[in-house]
Amino acid sequence: MAVNTALLKKVCEIIGPSGHEEHIRAAILEDLKGYYDDYKVDALGNLIVHKKGDGPKMMLAGHMDQIGFMVTHIDNEGFLRFSNIGGFDPFLLVSRRVVFANGVQGVIRCERLDDFRKDLSQNKLYIDIGACCGDCAKKLVKIGDIAVYSASCQVDETKVMTPALDDRLGCFIMMEALKQLKAPKFDCYFVFTVQEEVGLRGAKTSVYNVDPEYGIAYDVTLAFDTPKALKFPMKMGGGACIKIKDNSVLCSREVINLMEKAAKDNNIKYQLEILEGGGTDAGAMNISKSGVLSGVISVATRYVHSDAEMCAISDIEDSINLTVKVLEMGA
Amino acid sequence: MLIKKLTDANGLPGNEGEIRSIIKEELEGHVDSMLTDRMGNLIVTKNAGKPGKHIGLSAHMDEVGMLVKRVEDSGLIRMGLFGLDPRILPSKIVVIGKDKVKGVIGTKPVHMTKADERAKAIELDALYIDIGASSKEEAEKSVSMGDFVYFDSEFTEFGEHKIKAKALDDRAGCGIIIEVLKSDIKTPVTAVFCVQEEVGLRGSMAAANRVSADMFVNLEGTVSADMPPNEDYEKVTVLGDGPALSLIDRSSVYLKEYVNKMTAVAEENAIPYQFRRTGAGGTDAGNYHTAHGGTPVIGVAVPCRYLHSPVSVMDKRDYENAIKLVKAFINKYGEEQ
Repeated sequence: MAVNTALLKKVCEIIGPSGHEEHIRAAILEDLKGYYDDYKVDALGNLIVHKKGDGPKMMLAGHMDQIGFMVTHIDNEGFLRFSNIGGFDPFLLVSRRVVFANGVQGVIRCERLDDFRKDLSQNKLYIDIGACCGDCAKKLVKIGDIAVYSASCQVDETKVMTPALDDRLGCFIMMEALKQLKAPKFDCYFVFTVQEEVGLRGAKTSVYNVDPEYGIAYDVTLAFDTPKALKFPMKMGGGACIKIKDNSVLCSREVINLMEKAAKDNNIKYQLEILEGGGTDAGAMNISKSGVLSGVISVATRYVHSDAEMCAISDIEDSINLTVKVLEMGA
Repeated sequence: MLIKKLTDANGLPGNEGEIRSIIKEELEGHVDSMLTDRMGNLIVTKNAGKPGKHIGLSAHMDEVGMLVKRVEDSGLIRMGLFGLDPRILPSKIVVIGKDKVKGVIGTKPVHMTKADERAKAIELDALYIDIGASSKEEAEKSVSMGDFVYFDSEFTEFGEHKIKAKALDDRAGCGIIIEVLKSDIKTPVTAVFCVQEEVGLRGSMAAANRVSADMFVNLEGTVSADMPPNEDYEKVTVLGDGPALSLIDRSSVYLKEYVNKMTAVAEENAIPYQFRRTGAGGTDAGNYHTAHGGTPVIGVAVPCRYLHSPVSVMDKRDYENAIKLVKAFINKYGEEQ
C-alpha cells in the first residue's frame, strides 16, 4: 500500500512543541475517526486511542510534541530572546527561520561576537521578527509564546525532508497501522504522547492510565550513512529499525523477538538498531508503574533536530507493515 | 513575623525536623489533618471532602548548607556541601549541630597567597571551618562527623520593603502556604511541605505518589538576576515586580491553560505578576506533573537575589502578593466545576 504522503505532510506541518500539543492532537483524532473503539485525553494531554483486540494489553507510543522555542524577553528594539524546548545545537540555529503559532515569522540570528566559533552559545542568539520597536514586537508576540522551525514538508518519490519528522513520523506510522489493522491479537492502545522532547514525560503518565503488559514506541533514530559518519548499523532505506538499545532503554527480548519474527515471516525489510545517545518513550514505559515489556520501531533519519530531517519513504512503509503484522500476530 | 521565624530556623536536607515543628505549631487548629510520611514530608489537608476542585500546594522545607565530613588533627573541620557554590563560603559565620557550636569558614590569608592564587576562585579543598579548637580531641567534644552546618545569618529588614535572610529558598514558599491555610479558603486543599528538594527533588517524588489532586501549585523562592552587569534579557525575575509565574524549566512545561488561569486571577485582583524568564532550574513541580496519570502544575515564586547564600534578599511585597494570588486562585478555581 502506498504511503499517504499528503497526510504525512499535514501532520509534520502542524505547530506543536512540548506542552503545546493541542492542534496536532485534534488533527490526529479527526483523522482517526471511525477506526477506534474509544479514546480519552488525559490530564497532561496524551491522546489515548483504544482499538479492542483479543489478547494482552499493548501500548503503542509516538510523541506528538516537537522541539521548539519559547520567548523569554522582548527588548526595546523589538528583538526576542528565547529558551529552548528540547535539545538544540546553537550552531544549527543561526539563520534558521521560525514561525509562531499565530503565524508571525522570524529568523534566529546571533549577536556580533568577537570569535563566533568560540563564543557562540544559546544566550547569544535572538529572534528577529522584523518589528520596529519593543512595543511593535509586543503586539505580535508575548513572553511565553512558542515558535518552531519554519520550513515546509518536502516529499518526492523516495524521501521526506521536513522539520518535526521527530516525531510526527511516529504518530503517522501508528495512525496508518491503526487504519490497516484487521483483527489484532493485542488489546491495542495507540497513545499519542506529550512532552517527550523534554524528558519522556507523557509516556510515563499514560502508562498509569493504560496499564499495559507490552509497549512499543515509535520514533526517529539516527542514520549513520553520511560522509565520515560514526560506525553504527542504521541506514536510510535499510528497512524498519528494530531497536536493541539506546540511552533510555534496553529493549525487552520478548518484544525484539516478536518484531523480528513478524518481519521474517512476512518478508518485511528491517535492520537492528543500537544507539549510544538519545532516548525514546520506550525508556519511560519500560520503568513506569510496575514495568512494561518495551521495544521500539524506529526510522533511520538524517539530520535529526534540524529543519531538514530526512528519511526514506520505503522505511516508513516497512514500519507500518511491521506494526500491523506484530499486532495481528500476537504474543 | 512568620517569615523571620521560618528563616531563622535551621533545616538541611534530611534534617528538616525543626522546620516541620514550626509549621505544625503554626497550623494547629487551622487544618483537618497533618501527617508526616516516612521520608519526613509533612502532608496537611484542609476542607477535605468539601465540594470543589482539590488543589495541591507544595513548598520545600530544606535549605542549602553543609555537613561535617572530617575533623582534622589540627581541630579544623572539612565539610561537604548541599547546593552551595564554594566561592561564596570564605569568611562566613556558621553554626554546627544541635548545640549550635559557632564556627567561621577560613582559608589562607591574603598576605600569604601568590598573585596567581588570587586570580582564581577559592576551591572547596582550600576551605575549612574553624570552631576555635586547637586539636581534634578538643573539636570532637562539641562536633562530630555528620553534623549539619548552617549559616549564621539573622533575618533583617532593610531598605524599602526589602528583607535579608538565609533559606528564603524555600521558606518563602512554606510561609505562603501557611498563610493560605490560615485563611478562610472553602475548598479542599492538600499542602505538602517537602524534604530534600535541594539534593534532587526527592521528598516530592514520594509525596507525589501519595497525594492525588486536580492540580498542583508549587511555591518557590526563585533566582532573580536583576543586577549589573546582566543585560535586561538575562534578568530572570526582578524584585518588586510581583510573584513570578513559571512557563518552562528543566522539570516541567507549565501548561498554558493553567498559567492563563493564574494570570487571569492576578489581573482580576490587580495583583502584579511577572513571568520567570528562563528555562533553567528545576522544581518539585516536575514530580507532581508526572506522578500517577499526570497532574497539571502551576509555579509561583518569590524573586530572590543571592539565592543559595546566607544573604538572600527579597521584596516583602512580592511575598505578600504571592499569598494574595494563591488565595484568590483557590477561591476562584476551587469552586470551578
